[in-house]
Amino acid sequence: MNWHAIRQIYRFEMSRTFRTVTQSIASPVLSTSLYFVVFGSAIGSRVGAIDGISYGAFIIPGLVMMSLLSESISNAAFGIYMPKWSGTIFELLSAPVSAFEVVAGYVGAAATKSVMLGLLILATARLFVDYQIAHPVMMVCFLALTALSFSLFGFMIGLWADDFQKLQLIPLMVIAPLTFLGGAFYSIKMLPPLWQQISLFNPVMYLISGFRWSFFDVSDVNIVLSFSAIVATMLLCLTLIWLIFKTGWKLKN
Amino acid sequence: MQPAINIEALTKTYRSGLEALKAIDLTIAQGEIFGLLGPNGAGKTTLISIICGIVTPSSGRVSVGGCDVVAQYRAARAKIGLVPQELSTDTFETVWATVRFSRGLFGKPPNPAHLEAVLRDLSLWDKRDSKIMTLSGGMKRRVLVAKALAHEPEILFLDEPTAGVDVELRRGMWGLVRRLRDRGVTIILTTHYLEEAEEMADRIGVINKGQLILVEDKATIMQRFGAKQLTLHLMHPLDAIPAALADLPLVLSEDRHALIYTFDQHAERTGIAALLQRLRELGIGYRDLHTHESSLEEIFVDLIRER
Ligand SMILES: Nc1ncnc2c1ncn2[C@@H]1O[C@H](COP(=O)(O)OP(=O)(O)OP(=O)(O)O)[C@@H](O)[C@H]1O
Ligand SMILES: [Mg+2]
Repeated sequence: MNWHAIRQIYRFEMSRTFRTVTQSIASPVLSTSLYFVVFGSAIGSRVGAIDGISYGAFIIPGLVMMSLLSESISNAAFGIYMPKWSGTIFELLSAPVSAFEVVAGYVGAAATKSVMLGLLILATARLFVDYQIAHPVMMVCFLALTALSFSLFGFMIGLWADDFQKLQLIPLMVIAPLTFLGGAFYSIKMLPPLWQQISLFNPVMYLISGFRWSFFDVSDVNIVLSFSAIVATMLLCLTLIWLIFKTGWKLKN
Repeated sequence: MQPAINIEALTKTYRSGLEALKAIDLTIAQGEIFGLLGPNGAGKTTLISIICGIVTPSSGRVSVGGCDVVAQYRAARAKIGLVPQELSTDTFETVWATVRFSRGLFGKPPNPAHLEAVLRDLSLWDKRDSKIMTLSGGMKRRVLVAKALAHEPEILFLDEPTAGVDVELRRGMWGLVRRLRDRGVTIILTTHYLEEAEEMADRIGVINKGQLILVEDKATIMQRFGAKQLTLHLMHPLDAIPAALADLPLVLSEDRHALIYTFDQHAERTGIAALLQRLRELGIGYRDLHTHESSLEEIFVDLIRER
């Protein structure tokens, strides 16, 4: 195992994050805070409690998930797309590193950044809304696993993309709608029965429900189901990446 | 001794269907400087890229220091440093960060003393804290060299190291190559310039349209292609070469207005002075004279025609 390589890739990616701290940390924290102000404080006071939880608190897990998914994907995708675009990928391809080491470095850094961001948003939320965390360990587990899974997913997008537009395509066209419709701002129990059924096919719904459970001990679907969903997502991404590398990267001629 | 690089029946066909390499066989010994010459699109970069693991071969085998570049890619690649033809560098990183990155990527533990020595050797030490985007093109190229040397490779590939580089930097690059060779590093460099290959290489390979058409010691090549011609434009046409000059390698041009003398420019005595002396004695006057050396293009044309 080439530990030095993993460490250097990780370090490179983290330094990129801190170099662009306004864009990569401050702006997602700010935009999420706006949701807290608008939905939590302003509108939330007029919306009734859901499952006995004030609306402002209720939307916290969903909002964190929303940032977590989009930031994990775009970070990991960007991380591997940049060297492809600038040509510096030659060094990675000519280095004595395995696919696993490359993924560990890039995805590890992207996931770390997402977890940091998630915790920061939670801390910021505390300034606007009062909330408790019922199962802190499970909360961190969900946070870490989601960050990891979607960073893996983003890494694949970065490998696949051959222009900047494709890089944005999936997060914008697929992940954002799934998050909004996955119960970030409501409990799916509030939906008409047909839409409740349809929501069950939305994988992101399971993540948000499980994450919310770790805060408030209430959930739309069984927690075991939620946990299985996130583990399954991760395994799926791992398998797909393994297949991509097995069939030759899509990076080499 | 194990060869530094051994290539057997290597071919590469790109997905576009283009046959970039056709059955290349080549062995490069440890510690030698090998010059790979060839026109644009000959396959030089493709060959290097396959050895370094950037391009996958279509068939054939390549080993580096006895390690197969596919099956034992870790051991093989750890021995290699590559300076690519394109100037692809990070932009926002500092010089120091980027060489430290390269060293780690190639599996070596941190060694600031070595990195300092490399940067000093390339006159980049003062720039170590500068962001790469603030450097000039020539400096960026040196940064690429520093990155390639960061992990103390046994074999160094320089893909057109002096393309678009000024005279001073070119000399500097040549000096560096010699110092590396003195330390036992094997060096493979590609170039368009015969002069450069002549200056640096021990052995020269000429590649054209994906085929290695010649691999020879530099001395042999220079003898073969080092011939120069001196053309003397005569005042009055001659009917034939005077008998008094029959012992010299002289040819009379078709219009009989010029004498063409072929000589070896690397020989100690070219015989030009003696020739001019004898012409004066014979009373053969000339208006003008010029010398001509085969250009690389002519050599390629010659080589291809020979086949
Ligand atoms: N990625 C690629 N896909 C398809 N064809 C390629 C690719 N890379 C190179 N080629 C083709 O392969 C041939 C050899 O290219 P290569 O870059 O190896 O030449 P070269 O000798 O390095 O030329 P130059 O002196 O211009 O650098 C060229 O015809 C080129 O168009
Ligand atoms: Mg080339």
